[in-house]
Amino acid sequence: MRKTFISQHPSVLWFLAILGLFTVFVAVMSEASGIGLISTSMVKTLGKTLCLALIAIAMDVVWGYCGILSLGHFAFFGIGGYAIGMWLMYARTESIITANLSSQVIPPTPQEVTDAIGNQIFGVVGSSEFPMLWAFSHSLTLHLLMVVLIPGLLALIFGWLAFRSRVTGVYLSILTQAMTLALSLYLFQNDSGLRGNNGLSGLQNIPGYEDASQASISVAFFAVSALALGLGYVLFTLVLSGKMGSVVKGIRDNEARVRFLGYKVENYKLFIFTLTAIIAGIAGALYYPQAGIINPAEIAPIASIYLAVWVAIGGRGRLYGAVIGAAFVSLLSSWFTGGGVPPLNLGFYTILWTDWWLVLLGVAFVCVTLFFPKGIGGLFDYLVRKPS
Amino acid sequence: MNTLLEVSGVSVTFDGFRAINNLSIQVAQPELRAVIGPNGAGKTTFMDIVTGKTKPDTGRVLFGDKGVSLLGMSEADIANAGIGRKFQKPTVFEDQTVRQNLAMALKNPRGPFAVLFHRKTTEGAARIEELAEEIGLTDQLTRISGELSHGQKQWLEIGMLLAQDPRLLLVDEPAAGMTAEEREKTTDILKRAAETRAVVVVEHDMEFVRRLDCKVTVLHEGSVLAEGSLDHVTSNPTVIDVYLGRSDA
Repeated sequence: MRKTFISQHPSVLWFLAILGLFTVFVAVMSEASGIGLISTSMVKTLGKTLCLALIAIAMDVVWGYCGILSLGHFAFFGIGGYAIGMWLMYARTESIITANLSSQVIPPTPQEVTDAIGNQIFGVVGSSEFPMLWAFSHSLTLHLLMVVLIPGLLALIFGWLAFRSRVTGVYLSILTQAMTLALSLYLFQNDSGLRGNNGLSGLQNIPGYEDASQASISVAFFAVSALALGLGYVLFTLVLSGKMGSVVKGIRDNEARVRFLGYKVENYKLFIFTLTAIIAGIAGALYYPQAGIINPAEIAPIASIYLAVWVAIGGRGRLYGAVIGAAFVSLLSSWFTGGGVPPLNLGFYTILWTDWWLVLLGVAFVCVTLFFPKGIGGLFDYLVRKPS
Repeated sequence: MNTLLEVSGVSVTFDGFRAINNLSIQVAQPELRAVIGPNGAGKTTFMDIVTGKTKPDTGRVLFGDKGVSLLGMSEADIANAGIGRKFQKPTVFEDQTVRQNLAMALKNPRGPFAVLFHRKTTEGAARIEELAEEIGLTDQLTRISGELSHGQKQWLEIGMLLAQDPRLLLVDEPAAGMTAEEREKTTDILKRAAETRAVVVVEHDMEFVRRLDCKVTVLHEGSVLAEGSLDHVTSNPTVIDVYLGRSDA
């Protein structure tokens, strides 16, 4: 079975091999190993890029394979980040507070500890009470479960309502935009219980590993992100191979035909939408500890639109295309917006790339859509000729 | 011969336009039936109603030995109850191979999880070979169906219908755009299918209908104008007036 799986999907083997080599290369060259050719911040950037690649393949499955142009998958990514961030922030604050209070002559009561933690975390939004949302913040297990369950449940409820009413095409895209916008606006409020526009911060400090350097933590997260991406890639390939893939692509190409064949299209859409939302949540939970901070701006509608742009540029309908698109565009984006590209002096006008990058990206997106609908991934078709 | 499909007193109005007007049709199993009529006579709407795409304003649509009402059932439920439909334009999944197209249509559990964990079986493969033989695409099984000729796509779609193992096949203009030779083959496929099943063919082409050699129902302005053998209906003066008398027939 395994042999046939790989022979049917040679790209999986290539992908895993390249990902594995890349991971080993980065780990060896990092500051953690002592060589230090790749800085810790660069390792974090690369690790974050792997997480973006993971949500990009999820987006590719929902859009490129199933034809649902969801412009709200970054909401699930953000929820994953918040879910793990709450535990990270609580546990870290707790260990600091306990350490501080233990030097006092009279040992603190549990109530005093809780109050101090609450004050520390929520002082910034003028509160010291723990909101209901934080009821389980002491438990890593529960929060890991929330990373999977909350995006999954939200997608299940949202998808059930939308697909059952047969909302499709641009109307569904708008609905998903509304979902992520509503969530973002809610989180911006100070009384949302998640620190409003301050978001959650200090997430790069992993409780229990206070003695470990950021260099080694960054490599660990990088490796776990690579593992998650590899597993996600294999999972989606497995799901989309065989009959499920046939039906899902059939829904993309001709929904009515699939219905008249006796398949309940709504259930399939719901399955794909929910599964990809869960993967997006996991990607977010790995991303934000590397970013160190999450705030509601992360799940603004534009983020999900970028996601669609990455997948379109990388090439829809092939998983490696989504990985290439996400990695290429997001790295290029941080290079351009980070001031890495020297300004272009045209004599009469100087192009500052920090301002003009979005224009460039927009033009690239239009060009890819018009002239290269298969995206960068389509180039591989010229390299690999399929045996007929 | 038992009545398989009973449509009685069905009416549908679209924005004030009465597409189907008190339509009553009965189809038995096995039976081959041709439905003819000028453009706008309600032929396609009739199929839409039976397959659940359009909900009628009034009337009954009963199917099967127990006479289960199809109204209120979803398209997928109706398909699983045993009604297959071929569209006017050939609609196959052009990105996928002929084999994948047929495999998707094979009568198997249709739920997402059953499909997710579905493994290919030798019976399934044998059934696909059998169907490919039936529609004359045996040597095309591994081809991407988008590459097939127009006629081959039509046959593939009929093959997909047969793969569902339906009791009633609704076939919309199967011969459109086909060469004379292809038409002949299509007639054979439909006639064979009608040996055990009910097959309803909507067609414009009188020559094709003549070759089907079956009972004909003439629709006009959303209701049945005449029914009987082709010779019988074509000698009906009203039919001649509304349909056959026209220059395009």
